[in-house]
Amino acid sequence: MTLSDSLSSAFEALRAHKLRSILTMLGIVIGVAAVIATVSIGGGAREEVVGRIKSLGANLIIVIPGNITQGGVRLGTGQSATLNDDDAKAIEKEVRPVLVAAPLLRGGAQVVFGGTNWGTSIFGVENNYFEAREWDIETGRLFSGEENQRGGQVALLGLTVKNQLFGDDDPIGQTIRVKNVPFEIIGVMGRKGQSAQGQDQDDAVFLPLQSARQRVIGTSRAKNRSVGSIMVKVREGEEMSDAETEIKALLRQRHRLREGDEDDFTLRNLSDILATVEASARVLSIGLAAVAAVSLLVGGIGIMNIMLVSVTERTREIGVRMAVGARPTDVMGQFLIEATTLALLGGIAGILLGGVGAQIVSRFAGWPLYVDVSAIVLAVVVSGLIGIGAGFYPAWRASRLDPVEALRSA
Amino acid sequence: MALIEVRDLTRIYQMGDETVTALAGVSLDVTEGSFVAVMGPSGSGKSTFMNIIGCLDKPNAGRYRLADEEVSSLSADALASVRSRRIGFVFQQFNLLDRSNALSNVMLPMVYASADRKERRRKAEAALVRVGLGDRMEHTPLQLSGGQQQRVAIARALVNSPKILLADEPTGALDSRTSLDIMALFQELNREGMTVLVVTHEQDVAEFASRVVRFRDGKVISDKEQVPRDAAASLRGFETEVAA
Repeated sequence: MTLSDSLSSAFEALRAHKLRSILTMLGIVIGVAAVIATVSIGGGAREEVVGRIKSLGANLIIVIPGNITQGGVRLGTGQSATLNDDDAKAIEKEVRPVLVAAPLLRGGAQVVFGGTNWGTSIFGVENNYFEAREWDIETGRLFSGEENQRGGQVALLGLTVKNQLFGDDDPIGQTIRVKNVPFEIIGVMGRKGQSAQGQDQDDAVFLPLQSARQRVIGTSRAKNRSVGSIMVKVREGEEMSDAETEIKALLRQRHRLREGDEDDFTLRNLSDILATVEASARVLSIGLAAVAAVSLLVGGIGIMNIMLVSVTERTREIGVRMAVGARPTDVMGQFLIEATTLALLGGIAGILLGGVGAQIVSRFAGWPLYVDVSAIVLAVVVSGLIGIGAGFYPAWRASRLDPVEALRSA
Repeated sequence: MALIEVRDLTRIYQMGDETVTALAGVSLDVTEGSFVAVMGPSGSGKSTFMNIIGCLDKPNAGRYRLADEEVSSLSADALASVRSRRIGFVFQQFNLLDRSNALSNVMLPMVYASADRKERRRKAEAALVRVGLGDRMEHTPLQLSGGQQQRVAIARALVNSPKILLADEPTGALDSRTSLDIMALFQELNREGMTVLVVTHEQDVAEFASRVVRFRDGKVISDKEQVPRDAAASLRGFETEVAA
């Protein structure tokens, strides 16, 4: 009996009990669909996150005050005031692979224009921040040299803020008030989109660092010229790890930390952030994988059950086949292939269903559709193995039937 | 040399606590080209005898040579191969696969004989034409009458060119007119050289054989040659009777 004989006989048998075959496949369909959907949605989400992180700007290292690894607890990161303007200048000047080190202060405030007001993020930055972020201005101008160095009552608007406060009107030359301090609008930044954390990066107002620190965000920081973080852009072609090592050494030296002292700052780069995102995605995946495994197991048991029923129902047919020359191995092969076909069809249906599910989710979430070929191959292999595993015992029983008894059965 | 050589065949079943002796030392020779009717009341051992002759069952003791091959001690796989090459079965209940059409049913034995597809089709078509069903090849068993179904079964039995045709109550489920039809076909095949063994409890059916072996209590109690009745002639008589 050739494989194609077995296959056509399997399809014939499955067609004879369409509803039963479909119901039997359901466990495998759901299990495989869960796996495929999980992998696709997870992959799509990951690609989306990677895309957002990349939109932050390539080759970035973020230096933040405090040490987030202390005792595994986030100890007031960003609250401590261990980084200042001079650290940023020193990094830019003394660490060779570094292109730009942009100091940054961040806070929140209501921004008022006439009768309209809008709650947004306030960034105290110098022009090099936009360089580090590879963020172009859309209209107007950046800070002048004087404003950049010593501060000034001027502001750059993110696109969202501009739209909220001014609509289609030209905001340049207008004055907004931030914490009651008037700032003249000198420019509007181009669109940047969502951040890795899903925040609208265009919902922001940029003030010169000095002015923001003295008048808006960090009045308590004014004395020690401290900053919230330093955004470091590494030159193209330089190793990120080299830059990190050098920055670390420089800051430890500047902060007079002795050997054995903990860092009073933390370096984060995008791969760290990515690792965090992936770790949380992994927890979710493990949960869904468990659901899928249970569903596949139940599906396998269902196939075994239906195959046992089928062998009983078709005892006479088995007898006839044996009478016309089927060997026990032929009978075994026939039922094994039937079970495997059932499982594989379920697997393929599951792949399609999971793919459609992933497509719907990705469309709603606005993610790219992610197709993982290895997951599809794995799904096919696993469902095939389930079929063989579930079909083995029923097939073996069929092959051991006594032809005389089998022919005598009803 | 006989086609079938059976010596001291014994078959004992264990049914619960009871031991049933179905065959108690049967010896028999069947020469090639003969037409033998095996008769006996139920429980006489005739069916067990047929099952062993058909290599569906194995004796507990005794020898069975089929076409010079000792088959009484073969493995299950080897017995399947003997059935495939040497034996064609015809059953009382036809035992066709209801899902498959006549052609597929007739091709089934060749699936297990590993014939190539073209060959299968060609031989199956020839066999169906031989039994007079050349115009019914695509019909499924449920679309055929009892007599036609039995013809498909005979075509299936013939398709691998076996040495023997084994028929177990082949007319048991048919009316007398159709029974004559089937027996006429058996006689025709026998005249062409096929060895035919028919198990029956009907005297009418046994009359068409040239030798009648009677079983009782697992033993052969009589074994007689006879001049067979001509089924084709009876069929013509039957038709004139109906016409009159």
